[in-house]
Amino acid sequence: MRTLAMIIACSALLLSGCADVKPWDRDLLAQKKMQLVPAPVDNALDEHVYFSKEAASGGQGVGGGGCGCN
Amino acid sequence: MSSRIFTRFVSVLLLGWTFGNTAMAAETAPNFSLPTQAGTLALADLKGKVVYLDFWASWCPPCRKSFPWMNEMERRYSRQGLAVVAVNLDKDQELADKFLNEVPAEFNVAFDPQGTVADSYHVPGMPSSFIIDRHGKIQAIHIGFREEDSTDLEASLRSALSR
Repeated sequence: MRTLAMIIACSALLLSGCADVKPWDRDLLAQKKMQLVPAPVDNALDEHVYFSKEAASGGQGVGGGGCGCN
Repeated sequence: MSSRIFTRFVSVLLLGWTFGNTAMAAETAPNFSLPTQAGTLALADLKGKVVYLDFWASWCPPCRKSFPWMNEMERRYSRQGLAVVAVNLDKDQELADKFLNEVPAEFNVAFDPQGTVADSYHVPGMPSSFIIDRHGKIQAIHIGFREEDSTDLEASLRSALSR
């Protein structure tokens, strides 16, 4: 029973819809327009405003100028 | 009884397949023959030398930092038998040329736009460097490039050169 569960788990990992991207094929992903946050500094400033004025924080990536509010 | 053995066998296979990785340390470095800025270069030509094989691309920011260091290594140790070979993996030759204009290289730069050599080395990340000893065995694999790592890398080079 446990081996069956393990077979199912491994198959789930193997048959998952993840594309195998080789490290050297990531050139498109490295482009500026492909970043999740298009303007990191602007985003950081906006985040600071949301935190200060609305007491809303989090849900954003820290990358690109986190001002250490949290 | 035999179905249990069968499921056990399949389980082992699946486990190995899912989690097995293809590391290259201590294996013989796969030979290659690539075009460079000055004719074709084959790894077999460099037998007897210590080869610092670096895989880079124009879109990889740490590669910009690694070039001046590789220039320095080439200057310091080429007389002792070090050959620095930097394999470019850009799909667009223009980008590679632009990079080389901005960051000149005093070492061998080879071009592998299809990524076949990178595939044969199972390059784990960009950039990656392989230190290949005088007998053609991979001594060390280094992923990424940070200034702090350069002393350790140089130490590995010196130890490979001393053998």
